[in-house]
Amino acid sequence: MITVFSARKILTMNPQRPVTSHVAIRDGIILGTGTLDEFEGWGPYTLDDRFADKVLMPGMVEGHCHLQEGALWSHTYVGFFDRMSPEGEMQAGCKTVDEMLAKLAAAEARLEDPDAALPAWSLDPIYFDNQKITRGQLDAISSTRPIGIMHASGHIMNVNTKALELAGLLRTGINHEGVPLGSDGLPTGELRGPDVMSPVSIHVGFDRDMLSCDEPGMWRFGKLCIRAGVTTATDLAARLPEEAVETLLRVTGNTNFPARIVPLRFHHGVSPEDLIAHVEALAPQSTDKLRLGRIKIVVDGSIQGFTARLRAPGYYNGSPNGLWYIPPEHLAYILETSLRKGIQVHTHTNGDEATQLVLDTMARVLRKAPSLNHRFTLQHCQLADTAQFRQMKELGLCVNLFANHHFYWGDQHYDLTVGPERAERMNAAGTAAREGVPFAIHSDAPITPLGPLFTAWCAMNRQTATGRTLGEAEKITLDQALRAITLGAAYTLHLDNEVGSIETGKRADFAVLEDDPEEKGVEQLNETRVWGTVLGGTVFAASDV
Amino acid sequence: MSDTGLPLTIIGGYLGAGKTTLVNTLLRNAQEQRLAVLVNEFGSLPIDADLIEAQDGDLVTLAGGCVCCSYGDDLMFALTKIRNMDPAPDHILLEASGVALPGAIASSISLFGDDIRVHGVVTLVDAETLPDLLSDTYISDTITRQLKSADLVILTKTDLAPPEKTSLSRELVGRHAPSASVLESKVDGIARILLLDDVSVDRASDLDIAPHKIPLVTNTLSMTETVDADAFAKTLASDPNVVRAKGHMVQADGNRVTLQLVGGRYSITNAPKTAQSGIVVISKSA
Repeated sequence: MITVFSARKILTMNPQRPVTSHVAIRDGIILGTGTLDEFEGWGPYTLDDRFADKVLMPGMVEGHCHLQEGALWSHTYVGFFDRMSPEGEMQAGCKTVDEMLAKLAAAEARLEDPDAALPAWSLDPIYFDNQKITRGQLDAISSTRPIGIMHASGHIMNVNTKALELAGLLRTGINHEGVPLGSDGLPTGELRGPDVMSPVSIHVGFDRDMLSCDEPGMWRFGKLCIRAGVTTATDLAARLPEEAVETLLRVTGNTNFPARIVPLRFHHGVSPEDLIAHVEALAPQSTDKLRLGRIKIVVDGSIQGFTARLRAPGYYNGSPNGLWYIPPEHLAYILETSLRKGIQVHTHTNGDEATQLVLDTMARVLRKAPSLNHRFTLQHCQLADTAQFRQMKELGLCVNLFANHHFYWGDQHYDLTVGPERAERMNAAGTAAREGVPFAIHSDAPITPLGPLFTAWCAMNRQTATGRTLGEAEKITLDQALRAITLGAAYTLHLDNEVGSIETGKRADFAVLEDDPEEKGVEQLNETRVWGTVLGGTVFAASDV
Repeated sequence: MSDTGLPLTIIGGYLGAGKTTLVNTLLRNAQEQRLAVLVNEFGSLPIDADLIEAQDGDLVTLAGGCVCCSYGDDLMFALTKIRNMDPAPDHILLEASGVALPGAIASSISLFGDDIRVHGVVTLVDAETLPDLLSDTYISDTITRQLKSADLVILTKTDLAPPEKTSLSRELVGRHAPSASVLESKVDGIARILLLDDVSVDRASDLDIAPHKIPLVTNTLSMTETVDADAFAKTLASDPNVVRAKGHMVQADGNRVTLQLVGGRYSITNAPKTAQSGIVVISKSA
């Protein structure tokens, strides 16, 4: 059966037919775009004009996010910025510490089980003049149930006295830089770094595997995709044990699940040899909506956590260099073996030294295992300089830049972590475009909200939350930004032959918009309203979920 | 002062320094000790199939009561499991990953308070590759930090490395780990030093440690008099020739305590009621 959708405007991202008014689909595949008479030869069709006043563009592709965003929405959101819940409720940001505490108290009052934990997420004290939260403030909400608030960065947590007690940390004599002490010699309740958070987080209601996602979480994630116009999303750091793969297959196999999911197996916790064997075993289990068989390597830490590996001159505030999360020999083994076997690898590198290690290693292993279209992708790659982008081009690497980071933490990078000059060149999408490096831009949801149109706005305007423009030269154009969130991201996943543009033969994945992104333009693209999506021909309206 | 905590030794060092060989040797030579060995991942640790009694996910139980656990990226969770094991292991040996910083790991483990006590950071370095690693653009500061946090540095493969490399490595270790005890040894020699746990005074005399180059001497102090345990331990710890000590003594207040010492680090905990006084000290013959 053939369906033809008419629309106010269809932005195809296909330069051969950049703007059309109709798209014909059959069995989830696009027959063609154009005028009704051009479709005649395909046979009888049903004209569906429900999008007659809408704008269609290719379903957006989020090349770096985590299904965890869906899991977190079962907890209380206490971020500074307004954020849309999966159910479509715009939750007001907490603009002061008191507002945050009030929201927590309200959530506490709704809990019936007196022992239930109260987990919350996305606290960002940088917007409260770095005012410290103490366990005493949280004890006032409850002294009997454990409370834990994950910071937006994911690197710090605040807990109450009960939580410390359950984790055995309510005692004097602790001597650890991640556990600040109060004047009474007891921990203040702020816990910095994964090693310190891990023993407490399970008591405050967070899953031990912070990046994992359960079935209800996946469904919530799906709703967020519909609201954001996303039809293909990565789960960029998954362990993928058997049970998790079963859940992924079951949920994505449901025709009501609204997104294609691309999970990347991350390298931690298995030997390089076992990692390769695992993804080789996973790849054949792929389905249309679940694409397995890729690898994610985490090379270094984060810039705001001072664990990213930087080249000279290092951190602006003099912090010592960060940490390696993989020995260079293992990195080389995984890259070389993957090139030989045709397995795709994405590497997380935040600092420019980590990026350089990947570039040097790729140059070496490509001589041993030449490969024309590997499309290995540098993820985040926030501090790369122009010479490094030239090397990426030479080596056939792609890059996926963390455009949202500027908006949320650009001022902190300017003042504290890397200083003005490097803050201005961070996430250098303009350079990527000038040097011809295939690029995408991302949200890293749940670190920042899922929303490619907002991400595109960030990359075009490079504004921080306080309104400072960081790096005029790295702004990209509307065309470049729209491409980055569709074909650009699809390219980094070897999926540009299937999705990322609206053209004959590709999958019928669309973002359905109330507004025309070209009319909204550079300055207002973030205000573009999303009606919903179409995935493989199935319509998903945001208002229905 | 506290009840006896689980003793834990961190084994750090870059790839190729001999950590896995050491862990293997430890498991084979555990004898009546119940060791809990934590490794980053099982991949590099070939455990003989006939040794494996049971496997449950990331925890392998071996014949003889030892367990081996892979901790992946959540060491603290793995340690929580080990801490709650019943019966408790006698000793935890933690193999850090090649790029991990043992000092940071020790700091994290201190969060277990009295339940688990780090009684030594042992950093292994390959005599042949150390000079190159210390001049490597990417890795040198990691190696430096691994050395700096060591209580005991073991220079391995000195029998394989060219003599000039070995002497250069020796000098580099001295420069980057000036306060650590340094040993040159084959891996099986080290295993015995580290397993010097639960030693009774009798067994100590059976120790036959024959490291490369520097001879070690084992002395048993009978500890018949009461002592100020902390002052006593400080004296031993500040002696650059003392590599390892373990045993029991009675303080002036009548409390019986256990001393665990590796290089310059020591801990004193309440001793089991049945413990016999006596301390075994392994030192380099100066």
